Amino acid sequence: MPTVSVKRDLLFEALGQKYTDEEFDELCFEFGLELDEITSEKDIISREQGDEKAEGASDVVLYKIDVPANRYDLLCLEGLVRGLQVFKEKLEAPRYKRVSPADGGEPQRLVITDETASVRPHAVAAVLHDVTFTQERYESFIELQEKLHQNICRKRTLVAIGTHDLDTISGPFTYTAKPPGDIRFKPLNQSKEYTATELMSLYKTDGHLRHYLHIIENEPLYPIIYDSNGIVLSMPPIINGDHRKISLNTKNIFIECTATDLTKAKTTLDMVVTMFSEYCEEPFTVEEAEVVYPDGRLCVYPELAYRTETLSGDFINKRVGINESAESIAQLLTRMCLRSEVSGEGDLIQVEIPPTRADVIHACDIMEDAAIAYGFNNIVRSTPRTYTVANQLPLNKLTELLRQDLAAAGFTEALTFALCSEEDIADKLRKNIAETRAVHISNPKTAEFQVARTCLLPGLLKTLAANRKMPLPLKLFEISDVVLKDETKDVGARNNRRLCAVYYNKSPGFEVIHGLLDRVMQLLDVKPDRNQGYHIQAAEDSTFFPGRCAEIFSCGKSIGHLGVLHPDVISRFELTMPCSAIDIDIEPFL
Amino acid sequence: RRRRWWWKLQLQHCLSLTGDRRTGLHMADTGLLESLLRLLEKVDGGTDSQDVAADLGVDHQVIVGAVKSLQALGEVISTEQKSSKHWELTGEGREIAEQGSHEARVFNAIPDEGLPQNELMKMPSGKVGFSKAMSNKWIRLDKAHEGGPRVFKTVETIEDTVRDKLQLVQKGQSAKLEDKEKNELKKRKLLSEVTVKSYWITKGSSFSTTITKQETELTPEMIASGSWKEKNFKPYNFEAMGVAPDCGHLHPLMKVRTQFRQIFLEMGFTEMPTNNFIESSFWNFDSLFQPQQHPARDQHDTFFISDPALAHEFPQDYMERVKKVHSEGGYGSQGYKYDWKIEEAQKNLLRTHTTAVSARMLYKLAQQKFTPVKYFSIDRVFRNETLDATHLAEFHQIEGVVADYGLTLGNLMGVLHQFFTKLGITKLRFKPAYNPYTEPSMEVFSYHEGLKKWVEVGNSGVFRPEMLLPMGLPEGVSVIAWGLSLERPTMIKYGINNIRELVGHKVNLQMVYDSPICRLDS
Repeated sequence: MPTVSVKRDLLFEALGQKYTDEEFDELCFEFGLELDEITSEKDIISREQGDEKAEGASDVVLYKIDVPANRYDLLCLEGLVRGLQVFKEKLEAPRYKRVSPADGGEPQRLVITDETASVRPHAVAAVLHDVTFTQERYESFIELQEKLHQNICRKRTLVAIGTHDLDTISGPFTYTAKPPGDIRFKPLNQSKEYTATELMSLYKTDGHLRHYLHIIENEPLYPIIYDSNGIVLSMPPIINGDHRKISLNTKNIFIECTATDLTKAKTTLDMVVTMFSEYCEEPFTVEEAEVVYPDGRLCVYPELAYRTETLSGDFINKRVGINESAESIAQLLTRMCLRSEVSGEGDLIQVEIPPTRADVIHACDIMEDAAIAYGFNNIVRSTPRTYTVANQLPLNKLTELLRQDLAAAGFTEALTFALCSEEDIADKLRKNIAETRAVHISNPKTAEFQVARTCLLPGLLKTLAANRKMPLPLKLFEISDVVLKDETKDVGARNNRRLCAVYYNKSPGFEVIHGLLDRVMQLLDVKPDRNQGYHIQAAEDSTFFPGRCAEIFSCGKSIGHLGVLHPDVISRFELTMPCSAIDIDIEPFL
Repeated sequence: RRRRWWWKLQLQHCLSLTGDRRTGLHMADTGLLESLLRLLEKVDGGTDSQDVAADLGVDHQVIVGAVKSLQALGEVISTEQKSSKHWELTGEGREIAEQGSHEARVFNAIPDEGLPQNELMKMPSGKVGFSKAMSNKWIRLDKAHEGGPRVFKTVETIEDTVRDKLQLVQKGQSAKLEDKEKNELKKRKLLSEVTVKSYWITKGSSFSTTITKQETELTPEMIASGSWKEKNFKPYNFEAMGVAPDCGHLHPLMKVRTQFRQIFLEMGFTEMPTNNFIESSFWNFDSLFQPQQHPARDQHDTFFISDPALAHEFPQDYMERVKKVHSEGGYGSQGYKYDWKIEEAQKNLLRTHTTAVSARMLYKLAQQKFTPVKYFSIDRVFRNETLDATHLAEFHQIEGVVADYGLTLGNLMGVLHQFFTKLGITKLRFKPAYNPYTEPSMEVFSYHEGLKKWVEVGNSGVFRPEMLLPMGLPEGVSVIAWGLSLERPTMIKYGINNIRELVGHKVNLQMVYDSPICRLDS
């Protein structure tokens, strides 16, 4: 969930009302936001770097507000204020308009060349005309781009935004892709020119930019945007050129978004321009720009598309569980920036979805907004009449019953991880990993998560090792799932419910573990019998001490092993005492 | 450390063994005990054990032993511990009280004709006695005597005041000495001041001057013969702990799981088969209308599988409908408008939520004539996240799902209210939230009386039509669902701050042994 940090006093000034922290928290809760933290720059620095570093830092109160991940229109102060003001019916949602250049001239044009197809094929653009920045507005503008990059743009992989001082460059602009050695320009905040190859190594150590290098690093061609004089605007998705950077004094801004996902690019561009067109000479108007595709197609951006959906008041009432008139529902929706009116035909409501609400893609999204505006906590709570009879999963039912009786038999239940290292299930048990049928994880952060366990024994032995100080004997059990590769399943693997128990003492206690097997079989109503019941038979298994291992059969089918563990297994799990163990599959007893 | 009942028994056993070995002494003791009791009978208001020792002419320690024996008999006597200081002779002091001071012994050893100094020095008291006797002017040294230095008496008789004083102390008459004198003797290490613990003894509620032998335990023989009726039994020490029963224990997290399972069953929910940790991206994400570029599908959040890397079988026409709703929309939806790829859906992973199983169950349900269902599951899910004191890479998700015609958001709140009431949580409120596969989505908050604030206790929502309709569920069917983790309520219930002490092999077994039964509503 993205967090937006805004200056409290600035926020209250824009809202035209002062709140106590509690009141504002309440408002956030109702609207679906969360006032996560109340802090200041000074607090943050002193917490992260110590009090000394914080000296002299600003102690202006900051609100950190958690915003739902799909509400890109609330990622900056401007959007938050607009959303809340409309919600409180203090403001009507503005209408965003795309206009032709004010001076009557040609719109700016961005030409996409063929070469971009392989690396980053899409681009959209727009112009904000005659903007008035203040320090706060400027900072908010930069911050919004960063928030969009982190969220909808998926860390610039899907979309990268570039903003440029239009008065220092001249169109038409060309979006192309070139070998990195052929690209050379002075990047933002650097004093000299670099080739793209040099830049990639320069930014390897940059705390911020190094995270984006991988997006194009291994591409033969890098995306690049030039103006008509060959000046570099940006090398997306990494860096802008220095010459054209925007500042407090910038009046006219050229915005381009390059992308691998066109839908997201359009949404991103719409967000930037709808939020900051507020500061244009004519608020909420955005100057169009043309984008020419390699095939000659010409598109005009930003789209700033309004869409109308028609739905019935009855639909909303029935889904939410309220009973409101169509008029009142229309009013609720209007408060959520979805301008709505009753169409006059029955209880039909026409809902207009503005370009800022890209999250509204279905009637259910509209229904939710009606519920939010109505107030979730004003909805009457009612019990559904759904009549059903409960059933336990037979496997879990058996597990629950067995667990109780294993504890009654003097064994204590362990709860161990389903993930472990290859070593745990192979080397430490004197097995070969290739023979384990283990499922392997491709991206473990540490060795603890290399594989899904194929048996419960390592977890129990590790539990013993962590509790060596406890009085002996230690008697542990676990009934849980292991995971085995199985080609007959759609995903190529299946769980297997197993029962494992260990006895750890100064003497191996094979008879104790054997006694537990007899008890479990008694509980499962399986008699000792070579054909119709269960029996054990000497077996060799590398995990067990030679001559001290038996295979367990039930109705002639092998279900597991019991025996005294091999001394090497004991010491590899950092244990010092003899130990006997049993491991059986319980699924045959369903 | 907890004292155990059997230790006490063992201790008693040892004592009776020692008692047996000292039978003679024990017999003499009974006489002593009765003498003590007779003495006590005569005095009004009680007596001090030190006085008893003096009266009976035995060592105080013997009387202390007698008092303890009488205490074990019940209410025969009542006692109060006292402590007092008194003067006592040291070993050397006792020797002097018996044999005289070193200087007196030196003086007495010298015959009238004198003694060679080197011979005198060989005496045990020689060195100290010589210098003391010299300074007392009892003796003189003739250095020039022929045959070496020789010592002569200078007085006829002496008075050995050191011995006299020590004998006074020995008789318990140290009060007759002045403090200065006592301190001087203390300096010479002949006297020491000791603290004596004694008892103030008074008659008890069942005072008697005769001793009846007490039995420790009831025996089969006593029951058979009826002799128990005449016997007197030693009182039990009810302050000691009992013997811990020899038993196994259930894990606290599993005890809480059992209770949650019970709650769902009481509410008529059927358990889903969640025994499939490995899931395809298709069922884990795509079927839930979670787009392929969603951050949750990132390597940083999800464990992907390298072997077996891909899932193979999917319901073909359903998968086509899923693809379409993602990339183009439909069922009243705009869709996400991106290029949906089967390769992405095939990727196997460790399921990140049990909702993947709910999706499989709802798809299965949609393949039959629709009947309303209530489903639940409690099982492991996996996240490739940063670990800390409250987060592990795997945890248990509790999930409830209801599918029926015409379910409302108010119904979801009603079910949640019933569910949480069974957990003892009655004050609930709901916050609008975002979930990729539910709309509306609500975070569930409960008022925490301890923290005096609202805390999040779960997540909930109504499944999106883009998820349900491609499965083939009828248009009017709504599916409401909620989820929470099993670990968090367990940690709160059992007061555990570090999740590693609860889940995994680093568990503290003592905590497992000691954990109470789980009643969620109390």
